[in-house]
Amino acid sequence: MLRLEKRPSPSQTWNYLTPVVAVILTMIVGGILFAALGKNPFEAIKLIFWDPLFSEQFAAYSRPQLLVKAAPLILIAVGLAIGFRAGIWNIGAEGQYIIGALCAASVALAFYPAGGWYIFPLMIIAGAAGGWAWAMIPAILKTRFNTNEILVSLLLVYVAEKLLAAAATGFLRNPEGAGFPGSRNIFNYAPASNQELIANSGMHWGVVAALISVIFAYVLLQKHILGFHVQLAGQAPRAAKFAGVAPARLVLMCLGLSGALAGLAGMFEVSGPARLITIDFNAGYGFTAIIVAFLGRLHPVGIVLAGLLLALTYIGGELAQFMLNLPASAIQVFQGMLLFFLLALDVLSNYRVRLNTNSSKEAA
Amino acid sequence: MTTPLLSINGLTKTYPGVIANDDVTFDIAEGEVHALLGENGAGKSTLVKAIYGLVRPDTGTMTWRGAAYSPGAPAQARATGVAMVFQHFSLFDAMDVAENVALGMDNPPPIRELAARITDVSQNYGLPLDPSRMVGDLSAGERQRVEIIRCLLQDPQLLIMDEPTSVLTPQEVDILFHTLRKLKSEGKSILYISHKLEEIRALCENATVLRLGKVVGRADPRDESARSLAELMVGQTLHQPSREQVTPGAPLLEVQNLSLPPQSAFGTALKNITMTVREGEVFGIGGVAGNGQDELLAALSGEARSAPGAVSVMGDSIGHMGPTARRALGLLSAPEERLGHAAAPDMSLSENALLTGAWREKLVNRGFVNWRKTRGFAERVIEAFDVRTPGAHVAARALSGGNLQKFVVGREIMQRPRVLVVNQPTWGVDASAAAAIRQALLDLAHNGAAVVVISQDLDELMEVADQFAALNAGALSAPRPVKGLTMDQIGLMLGGAEGDSNAAA
Repeated sequence: MLRLEKRPSPSQTWNYLTPVVAVILTMIVGGILFAALGKNPFEAIKLIFWDPLFSEQFAAYSRPQLLVKAAPLILIAVGLAIGFRAGIWNIGAEGQYIIGALCAASVALAFYPAGGWYIFPLMIIAGAAGGWAWAMIPAILKTRFNTNEILVSLLLVYVAEKLLAAAATGFLRNPEGAGFPGSRNIFNYAPASNQELIANSGMHWGVVAALISVIFAYVLLQKHILGFHVQLAGQAPRAAKFAGVAPARLVLMCLGLSGALAGLAGMFEVSGPARLITIDFNAGYGFTAIIVAFLGRLHPVGIVLAGLLLALTYIGGELAQFMLNLPASAIQVFQGMLLFFLLALDVLSNYRVRLNTNSSKEAA
Repeated sequence: MTTPLLSINGLTKTYPGVIANDDVTFDIAEGEVHALLGENGAGKSTLVKAIYGLVRPDTGTMTWRGAAYSPGAPAQARATGVAMVFQHFSLFDAMDVAENVALGMDNPPPIRELAARITDVSQNYGLPLDPSRMVGDLSAGERQRVEIIRCLLQDPQLLIMDEPTSVLTPQEVDILFHTLRKLKSEGKSILYISHKLEEIRALCENATVLRLGKVVGRADPRDESARSLAELMVGQTLHQPSREQVTPGAPLLEVQNLSLPPQSAFGTALKNITMTVREGEVFGIGGVAGNGQDELLAALSGEARSAPGAVSVMGDSIGHMGPTARRALGLLSAPEERLGHAAAPDMSLSENALLTGAWREKLVNRGFVNWRKTRGFAERVIEAFDVRTPGAHVAARALSGGNLQKFVVGREIMQRPRVLVVNQPTWGVDASAAAAIRQALLDLAHNGAAVVVISQDLDELMEVADQFAALNAGALSAPRPVKGLTMDQIGLMLGGAEGDSNAAA
């Protein structure tokens, strides 16, 4: 019989190894899943993980997409990871992402068609503020009434989706759009456009923001007392209180920060790759970023790697979708499996598995 | 010679990296109270767990009345006639006594029948207990009675008691001893684990001493002095904490009518606590667990806020301030629970040094942590307090309880507090480490700090404190000088009935 034995200290080796093993297991079980769907599993895996980067046929289009998809994932995941480390579970980044995009789009459309260098910075501020404000709802409810931030932030995603639909069909609808849902094309409105900074690289302002956020989070967590308090609160809440950490302030800070970063991601998306507000503007980045945060071990550098990997599954998934006719949900299952294996394997960093030589069956 | 009840022969149990029991051999006779002595980590717990079927020894045999005995599970041990009262109770606060007893039985009878039997046994053995009361409302002593009665209902031949008196008032100890003597007179055997040597001398006729897993001595405790037993246990000459008489100076910590509502459902409210601790003084606060010790520490450390004037340090009102601001003024504290409260289990000792030392040791500059300086501070604590660990990078949870306690208390003392509040400073710490911690507290007071020691160990308070007060149901008695205080007076103070002659214990 297998038995788990608690390690005296958490294993660093396993801490770094689990994401790799989780990816491998996901590939194996994913392959079985694809085989069950009647597809060649090796071809599917190759299509998802290899072809977007290295196939001559697809790489020219796919490679820049890597940064385009990874930027919002990383930006959101960095904020989430800081909260997760403190034991504050913002599950509603998707909603904050939508609200950030809506606020930024509203600013852009309010100025339309005027010019001015200040429009883009104002949109950045509006995007961050929108995401922040949306995250403040679970934060204040938690600090005032001790509600569960997981539920509140998650449910607010659906509220945000309704607002998005209302915006696309109502208050932000393109007056010249012949009645079709969707706003004006913000990407084509020069003062508000989030253009590629280097042609065909996928590098846009959101990528820059993601990199800045990674550096900021790294410094915060490794060098700053606030980052120490965040981790302390997550690992030992009573010890954090003893150290002088005010739990309410931490909740406001962590939810606010992750909300603002998710809002920023929405802003860069709507003014760039997405181009406009549509009913189905949100592509699930806010949820996938949760996987990115955990796969990256809640560590800024890990999040960069995990963000790139999950971006790859998005791109490869699309590719597999039209090359192999895989259902769109197959790739979501794939991403979900990744998180599942990761969390399951995490037990190995705190426990070692032993073969039980002891025949006793009863636990007292 | 008659066959012993339980005979243990060459028992050895190893865990990865430690030998918990090394070739342990001893006998427990019928009708004997046998003491098992040893410091923390000497292997007492592993040994009794082996007897109770919780741990399977690697080698060695046990015989029960001459027949081979190797319990694979506690149920088997209970069926043979072994019962055990654990040091930490496993009771549910929100259930009544009878329900709790039923939960621990292999085949519980209907509750009403069980309640009758509980009443029966409790009267028989002089352990007053009402089966219909909620466990959450019981004192620690009463909770222990629940555990004991649960064992007695199985009519055991051997009763194992792990540190039974650590949570009792002197009067409750008397009741317990009365019960144990009655059991002995009925021909039952008791294996009694304790580090309180006076008790062992009063109760036991045979003692087996363990050190580092090995049997290092056998003695008749009645022929030994407490000191000689302790030295047998520790294996070296014990250092007695010494203190020089200091005339107390100006008041440093003043608490005025401090009242706080309970923080949780089974928490204790603090009621009108008033006390003054002066420069150079050690103020001892005794009391049975659960009478407001944690709450008082929280109110002093700043984890719980009160009216500004309720707590003041050197004349400044600080009741409204948080822990950081209080530390800046020189009020430091060390809570009872080491893992999770005083220290973060998964964090390194360096990080745990930063936990309270951040500002006072200037480990932080404009919010940025100076990790090298932090490690230096942690290493100074490790060095000065003889914390046995490979280094400051080790996670707190990897340290033994005693070593972590030395680190936690040392961390505060090294920050040169003006006022230091400690709760259970030597709980679960071996004798030599406990002596070192007490000496450090005395030295601190000698150098002009005010020290508040909250403890359930009365001997400890008698050893270090100048003033003694008792916490009872969240209220603090008027302090009395420790000199000339008798155990009886202390017992009455703990019961909340100082000077009141007709109060029951």
